[in-house]
Amino acid sequence: MSGPNCKKAVNQLSSYLDGELDEELRQTLEVHLGKCHHCHVVFDTTRKTIELYCDGKLFPLPEDVRSRLHEALRRRAQRV
Amino acid sequence: MSEAQAATLAGDESVLVSGAKAGNYAAFEELVNRYEKKIYRLGMNITGNPEDAEDVLQETFLKAFEHLPEFREDSRFYTWIVRIAVNEALMKLRKRRSSKEVPFEETEDQDGEIQIRDYADWKPNPEQLMAREEMEEILREAIQALPPGFRTVFYLRDVEGLDTEETAQLLNLSIGAVKARLFRARLRLREELSKVLRRA
Repeated sequence: MSGPNCKKAVNQLSSYLDGELDEELRQTLEVHLGKCHHCHVVFDTTRKTIELYCDGKLFPLPEDVRSRLHEALRRRAQRV
Repeated sequence: MSEAQAATLAGDESVLVSGAKAGNYAAFEELVNRYEKKIYRLGMNITGNPEDAEDVLQETFLKAFEHLPEFREDSRFYTWIVRIAVNEALMKLRKRRSSKEVPFEETEDQDGEIQIRDYADWKPNPEQLMAREEMEEILREAIQALPPGFRTVFYLRDVEGLDTEETAQLLNLSIGAVKARLFRARLRLREELSKVLRRA
């Protein structure tokens, strides 16, 4: 990625992925992405990155942590 | 989730909230059961520390229990507890920052130009290439390597699905700052994952 169009494209990456680019800019960007493999890869793998985090079930709640939470809540409720 | 499902859930939730407000502990416990996993995940993502995440989880639901009469139900119960949880998690981060254990911000490249270092395409279906546990470990390490200020914005926007304005309000940041951090967080995570997922 070296040209000014690539730099401009990367700066629009987040707005593009969030659907915040206006129609004209979006079309111009998509023409560029169709021609520039490097930018296409950066956009595509960034989108995949977000998808991986949305799909993943990172940091499951450990059972002992859950038990302590419910115990603390029950104690608190009994004081009311 | 379809609109109908969301409406059913919201309706169902408001019955539970009313029950909990009227002193029905089982109703409150049902609300806890619904959201405890998500609140723990939020705590882990923002603080990056299991002890802090447990404190965030407990404090969030204890405060929710205590302040339930003040909850005006002009937002979903979940949105309300997310606000409590984010504030608790940020307090934990600030404490660690003041004890110099964790730098909250990384300023060195915040205003600098973004450098893309890796243009290699990824292997197809990365999530099917390795065991789920292995993939999750990679994702965990990559997000934990981000500065807390970046991973908090990424988590709230891209994983929790909050919009830019809500995120800005919660974190007391400008909309521009949220957008800039999200952009950098996304690119940094992509670069980290590329090290593992790029085609040889």
